[in-house]
Parts: sequence; C-alpha cells; structure tokens
Amino acid sequence: MSEQTQTAELTTGQAHASGHGDEHAAGHGHMVSYGTYFIVWLGLVALTAITVTIAGIHLGSLTLIAAMLIAAVKTTLVGYHFMHIKYDNVIIKVFILVCLVIFLTFWILTFSDLSFR
Amino acid sequence: MTEHSEVLNQGETHAAHVHRDDEGSKMAMWLFLFTELLLFGGLFLLYGAYRFEYADGFKVAAAEMNSFIGAVNTIILLTSSLSVALSIAAMQRNQKKLALAMLWFTILCGIGFLINKYFEWSHEIHNGVYPGGPGLENMSNGEVLYFGLYYVMTGLHGLHVIIGLIFISFIMVFIARDKITSTNFQKLENAGLYWHLVDVIWIFLFPLFYLLH
Repeated sequence: MSEQTQTAELTTGQAHASGHGDEHAAGHGHMVSYGTYFIVWLGLVALTAITVTIAGIHLGSLTLIAAMLIAAVKTTLVGYHFMHIKYDNVIIKVFILVCLVIFLTFWILTFSDLSFR
Repeated sequence: MTEHSEVLNQGETHAAHVHRDDEGSKMAMWLFLFTELLLFGGLFLLYGAYRFEYADGFKVAAAEMNSFIGAVNTIILLTSSLSVALSIAAMQRNQKKLALAMLWFTILCGIGFLINKYFEWSHEIHNGVYPGGPGLENMSNGEVLYFGLYYVMTGLHGLHVIIGLIFISFIMVFIARDKITSTNFQKLENAGLYWHLVDVIWIFLFPLFYLLH
C-alpha cells in the first residue's frame, strides 16, 4: 500500500513539475464517466450509418469528400475521447499536430505533382 | 521534487522506490504510433495516387466488395474501442474484474473481425483474385491495382489486429497478477492507444475500399 501511495504522490509531483498544476495535466488524474464513452460510441456508430447512407446516394465526386470528412470527424472523436488527447500534455498535442502537418504535406506535394503533369 | 523527497523520508527505503515515468511512457507510445501512421499513410498516399489515375477501374473493383461485411466489421472495431476505453475507466476506479471483462470482450471483437476478414478473403481467393490468379486476367489495370492495395492494406491492418490482441493478452496477465493497478496502469493505456490506432486506420479503410463505387 505504501508503495502505491508513493507512486501516487510521484505522479502528482510530476504533474506539478511539468508546470501544469491542474489535474488535467496528468492523464491519470482525470476520470471520464462510463456514460461519456457510450455517447461517443453512439456518435461513432451514427456517423458510420451516415457514411453508408451517403455512399448509397450517387453524388459523384462529393461522395469521396463526404466520406473522408466523416472519417476525419470519427478519428477526431476516437482520438480526443478514447485516446485521451483531451487530457494530454500540450507537448503531445503539438507532436500530433506536427505529425499530421508532415502527413498533409506529403499529400499536397504528391497531388500537386499528379494534377499538373 | 520536494514532495518526492518528503515521501522518501517517511520511512521509505531507497530499495522500495521504483522509478516510473508514465508521461515518458505515453510519449514513447505516441512516437511509435506516428511511425505507424506514416507506414499506413504511405499506403494511403499510394491508394490516392492510383485512384486518381485509374478512377474507373477502382470503382468497378469496389462494386464487387461486400459492403455489409465491411460495415459490420466497422461496428465491431468501434465497439471494441469502446470496451478498451471502458476497461481503462474501470481500472482507474479499481474495478479489476470489470476491466478484465472489458478486455475479454475486446479480444472477442478482434477475433470476430478476423473471422469476417477470413471469409472475405476466402471469397476473393475462390473467385481467382490473388497474385497470378485467373480472376485477374480479365481485369483492367485499375482493378488489378485496387485488389493489390486491398490485400496489402487490409492484410497489414489485419496483422495489426493480431498484434493488438497479443498486446492486450499480455496486459490481461499483468492485471490478473496486480502488476497493473488503479494507480499504475500506463501499460493498459498504451495498449488502448495501439488498439484505437488500429480502429482509426479501419475508419479510413472501410469507405475507401467498400463504399466508393
């Protein structure tokens, strides 16, 4: 038991040391209710249903754009709530953003090449 | 730091002190996930580039996919993501049995996903759609490229599902042996991150391979 208390204290200590006094700084400090997770899951299932429905309607090139936008929203939901990015340190958020920007750059460069050949 | 040393002075010996850095552990997991993102990202880029050049072939090939199985698998993976998240929430509340039950459920979902995938692939292979197979002879270049990407991308994703299942199995042993507790569960959290990434990749694979026709 004493070891557990010690580690708990250590976690609090690290949270303070990293400059974020609030409980959100350390992901462990925050408890998300079971209900919130269920609501997020319901949202994800609903978005899946919408994707399937939209694909059934022939919208041409809009279908691809709509499907990718919905997938992006679903990814944001999974990342923000299930992967706890919401409660993560700023540094992790910045890392994710940098990674996404690099990824997006690859796409833009490749498609600007393909489109203007 | 002061709190740390105070705790040590309160009768704790140095031998009992185990160094642990949850934040560092989490960051390492994220860095690994970035490499995964770029691995799959490269394949998505390849898909995008070929789809751009062979739009018609891709549409014809995607029409042959069973979008119902694809949708079922999407729901299965989303639900397994929920159960992993619930398992972490249960662990935080010291509900060990619930946490283990949720992970069992996740493993069942993962196995269900793989079984669906097995039937799907069997169906394709039965139709002669495999490298050098007779099914490819009458197909256009676009269709052949589509099925090549289909096998590589869903195959690599399936491999990740298997790795995720092994990862979660180890975590369950740790929980059963009280190596993961309500105050020390970063390993569980990392397994969750991995599983959610597998889910996110499928969120994109599903519309790209099953719905766009």
